[in-house]
Amino acid sequence: MQLSKSLFAAFTLSALAGAVQAADEVVVYSARIDELIKPVFDAYTEKTGVKVKFITDKEAPLLARLQAEGANTPADMLITVDAGNLWQAEQEGVLKALDSDVIEANIPAQYRSSTGSWTGLSLRARTIFYSTERVQPNELSTYEALADKNWEGRLCLRTSKKVYNQSLTATLIETHGAEKTEEIVKGWVANLATDVFPDDTALLQAIDAGQCDVGITNTYYYGRLVKQQPNLKVKPFWPNQADRGVHVNLAGAGVTKHAPNAEAAQKLLEWMTTEEAQGLFAALNQEFPANPAVPASPEVAAWGSFKADSIATEVAGKRQAEATMLMDRAGWK
Amino acid sequence: MAHPAQRRWYPVAFAVALLVLLPLSVLLLSWHEIDRQIWAHLWQTQLPRLMANTGVLVLGVGVGVTLLGVSLAWLTALCEFPGRRWLDWALMLPFAIPAYVLAFVFVGLLDFAGPLQTLLRDWFGSDLRLPRVRSTGGVIIVLVLVFYPYVYLLARNAFLAQGKGLMEAARVLGLTPWQAFWRVALPMARPAIGAGLALAIMETLADFGAVSVFNFDTFTTAIYKTWYSFYSLTSATQLASLLLLAVMLVLYGERRARGAVRPVNERPRGKALYHLRGGQALAASFWCGLVFACGFVIPVLQLLVWFWQRGRFDLDERYVALILHTLYLGGMAALITVSVALALAFARRLAPTRLMRTTVGVANLGYALPGSMLAVAIMLAFSWLDRELVIPLSSALGGAGKPLLLGSLSALLLAYLIRFMAVAYGPLENSLARIRPSLPEASRSLGVGGVGLFFRVYLPLLLPGALSAALLVFVDVLKEMPATLLMRPFGWDTLSVRVFEMTSEGEWARAALPALTLVLVGLLPVILLIRRSARRIG
Repeated sequence: MQLSKSLFAAFTLSALAGAVQAADEVVVYSARIDELIKPVFDAYTEKTGVKVKFITDKEAPLLARLQAEGANTPADMLITVDAGNLWQAEQEGVLKALDSDVIEANIPAQYRSSTGSWTGLSLRARTIFYSTERVQPNELSTYEALADKNWEGRLCLRTSKKVYNQSLTATLIETHGAEKTEEIVKGWVANLATDVFPDDTALLQAIDAGQCDVGITNTYYYGRLVKQQPNLKVKPFWPNQADRGVHVNLAGAGVTKHAPNAEAAQKLLEWMTTEEAQGLFAALNQEFPANPAVPASPEVAAWGSFKADSIATEVAGKRQAEATMLMDRAGWK
Repeated sequence: MAHPAQRRWYPVAFAVALLVLLPLSVLLLSWHEIDRQIWAHLWQTQLPRLMANTGVLVLGVGVGVTLLGVSLAWLTALCEFPGRRWLDWALMLPFAIPAYVLAFVFVGLLDFAGPLQTLLRDWFGSDLRLPRVRSTGGVIIVLVLVFYPYVYLLARNAFLAQGKGLMEAARVLGLTPWQAFWRVALPMARPAIGAGLALAIMETLADFGAVSVFNFDTFTTAIYKTWYSFYSLTSATQLASLLLLAVMLVLYGERRARGAVRPVNERPRGKALYHLRGGQALAASFWCGLVFACGFVIPVLQLLVWFWQRGRFDLDERYVALILHTLYLGGMAALITVSVALALAFARRLAPTRLMRTTVGVANLGYALPGSMLAVAIMLAFSWLDRELVIPLSSALGGAGKPLLLGSLSALLLAYLIRFMAVAYGPLENSLARIRPSLPEASRSLGVGGVGLFFRVYLPLLLPGALSAALLVFVDVLKEMPATLLMRPFGWDTLSVRVFEMTSEGEWARAALPALTLVLVGLLPVILLIRRSARRIG
């Protein structure tokens, strides 16, 4: 009995300790991992004295937790690494309208929610990569053209379960309609050189090793890999430059509807869109700043400039389920 | 009807079952609305293929872990051959490697772009094509290598506990060692083997990390696809509740198959029964060594290589905190879970009614669900408790009216308790069953009862089983990812959180540092435990 009483007391105490929250701090649920977000928070704390507390997890569990906590949530801000999940958070009503002149001035409209409840912070281009040994850049033109017969047995793709591919397919549906998109996706699947990969890095390594000739991945995976293997026999190609441009997704954030410290959270988010923070935020992961006034880091700029798709990024969320079902039907595993 | 003395055990068992039922009822309540579009889509394009995949996987892993686990346990527990002394505990080490880590090491090492195939292409020309690595066979091999220790540990304990009397009697009656194994030792160890097999199958059904690395789609894949891609947590929980049903069938089957065999404790043997010589000894050493090499040495070497290439630049003072958090959570969870499981095992033994059997069965269901699903269900249950109970209560008592449960350490430990109850309960129930009722009866007649009976009679006999249970829970908590991610208090990052962060970015090589640290932290208790129980034979 004595033991169980003291155990109970210990539980209660530790439970209490978890709930204490200071006034001058912002609490963040982040799908962006520790090492890609903490330096930004540290810089803000140093500048303003405002502390930032956060936990990292995948978007879906974090969103489920925000919904479950409702008005009792300790979280002030939600950070995701794709637009689809921000759109979904907005649909579930866990974000509040930002209504900020600073953010509207810093970030172009297609990288923000049309209702103003979230903003993009960095752009993630998903483009074509090719083997410099077996492909001439002039053989490449568009994402759609990778469905042509001449790429049979030469294409590598990542799994359709990854949100980046779902977003890409969602924008294809928005552009071409479902029927034509399904044809394109079926063409891609028919051209696969091997089973789809679980991650982008493995895919790039497969192009380098000669398992396939072309593939579609996010640029920062290439940036990381080429840093370790400077003589990687793979290069990026910017497709669809004659029409809509390269597909971009984004990492972004919104302030939660029931934020205990909404004002401080909004100030932090506004700061993250300024020139001061944008360079750091994007450079941490070799991404492109969402604020067009901020140049990309030199190593990213070295890949060349390109025209990005001007489609509103929230399309990725609106059409995500539809896109995934289409990919399932087309046999993209 | 239960005897009054038996009824005393009901509150304990009911409380634990209720705790487990709370998140499980979240799953069942999800059936209030059905999204026909999602279900039709899943049925037409996914489920038939995924269910076939899952069936093949469970069958392959089930057969594999039984063959490996039983053969290794038999050799190390009853035979003497070169290397047995260290292989005895070394064969338990693969358990410290999380399934997803072995999966990415296996694929990273053997896939087309990996070092082995690159080397072979350099030798034999670039047209060389080997069998696909990311295949059904590959994923089965990986899961067998990480899950066989469940069977090995429990079967080994059973073989050790069988004592020398029976096997010597078998020998005197003219049975060859092979016949004695099939006709005496194996049937008597069947409950233990069944318990280990059930754990391995439940792990296989719930696994998401390892199958993702192979992009091998199972039923669990469909759950995540529905949740992450179709944004339908409701449909995902419906799928999860179907998986739960499948697991209940597995558990029921295990109970049935266990049948009427009653394991008994005899005097432990003084020395090994069979001294293998010549070819037999060589074959035994080779077989045990091979499994140890594939399940532990090779993956750890690969992790070391990656650590040297990438991970060493990440090593800094933060790792002290990561290790301390990991140890604390693992240790506390093991202590709490084993204590509660022990109470349940006693409850079932001393009050063996149908109601009690069902209650204990319910209390063990948490293990079967995919980690993330269970984590979300627990999170939903706790936030409901916060909203309905904690906040009104704290307001009424003049408190801050804030949620206390979710995001607290105690909530995370309770989540571990719910998830890993079955892991602790299996070994404990087994050891308890080996204690013949005549023993406590005799003690009582000699005037030793109550607390004294527990500490002087039960506890010494239960210690090996309790240590096995504590070890399994400790290492499982170390490796646990989804509940830790979702429910950890701010700042409580652990090694597995770090592994998640690296692997979610496809940075397999950099995940080697936290993964390797995790393995090292998990190793120590494994070695201690096995050496301790091995003393009984040496």
